[in-house]
Amino acid sequence: MWVGVEMTSTDTSMDDARALDGPFYIGGTKFVSRLIVGTGKYESNQIMVDAIRATGAEMVTVAVRRVDLDRSKDEAILHHLDPQDFFLLANTAGCYTADDAVRYARLARAAGFNEFVKLEVIGDERTLLPDVHATLEAAKTLADEGFKVMAYTNDDLITALRLEDVGCVAVMPLASPIGSGLGVVNPYFIREIKARLKVPVIVDAGVGTASDACVTMEQGVDGVLMNTALADADDPVRMSHAMKHAVVAGRLAYLAGRMPSSEIAVPSSPIEGMLD
Amino acid sequence: MTPDTSIDIQLNGKRQSFGAGHTVTTLLEALELHPGMVVVELNREILDRENYDAIKVVQDDMIELVHFVGGG
Repeated sequence: MWVGVEMTSTDTSMDDARALDGPFYIGGTKFVSRLIVGTGKYESNQIMVDAIRATGAEMVTVAVRRVDLDRSKDEAILHHLDPQDFFLLANTAGCYTADDAVRYARLARAAGFNEFVKLEVIGDERTLLPDVHATLEAAKTLADEGFKVMAYTNDDLITALRLEDVGCVAVMPLASPIGSGLGVVNPYFIREIKARLKVPVIVDAGVGTASDACVTMEQGVDGVLMNTALADADDPVRMSHAMKHAVVAGRLAYLAGRMPSSEIAVPSSPIEGMLD
Repeated sequence: MTPDTSIDIQLNGKRQSFGAGHTVTTLLEALELHPGMVVVELNREILDRENYDAIKVVQDDMIELVHFVGGG
């Protein structure tokens, strides 16, 4: 069982930055890192562990699957990630109906770690875009059963509002399709969702590289969730360091408040006092 | 029920034979699975770990054994 941020944060390299940004809460649990990472697609379990440690993430996502009874692979994530060091967020990835997603969420909760679930109900194989109707239906069922639902959804304000209404503890609009690496395609909608919701908004899916993570956080959202950008980088550990800094950079830039932009130059040095 | 009769169950989607008389606990032992590392669904119902000793595995049971794997 996760022992909490005070116990797990051994990373002091970010102390200056952390002093300028508060912790935040999802469903009553405190987090310091605004970067949430997946555990899928890594070339090896060792690279996965090294990369995740380099991100400084506290919350990590896992999937629920059948045990491989032929033991061809060592798939059990808990052999590699100590659940005391990380807050495990089980997902319902791969589910295409509300019923399936609810079934997977219940199985995940029975593992006994926490009440949280990353709800994902996919509507289309090619784009992996969410089925927002099924997502809403499953979110309501799960929230009524006491789950703390973090719902993956489209960058659609109305769905985001409805997900909040049915009791989700966080709403997670996509930056762009899962695994696409296209970055934030609609920063305007992401900003509006953040402005209108009371629960945390975590951008989930689509980040490709550090600048994408930074731009995402500059929209003022509470956090960002990524997997492929790290796992599919040529050097996942190095990219993990980059992402850690990018998320902090974007967050602090948002809090700092950017200068107004202008289409023409504005001199930085005085125009008075020039020689004749 | 005699101990040497066998039963067929649907285990993780595959038809498999086991000796009769297994409980969920002894089935997991036979499969070399640590009860704390898996979740057991029996005929679409999730079992409490405390009940593993008491629940008998019988002919045509549908059992799913799941765990956490890497995912985003």
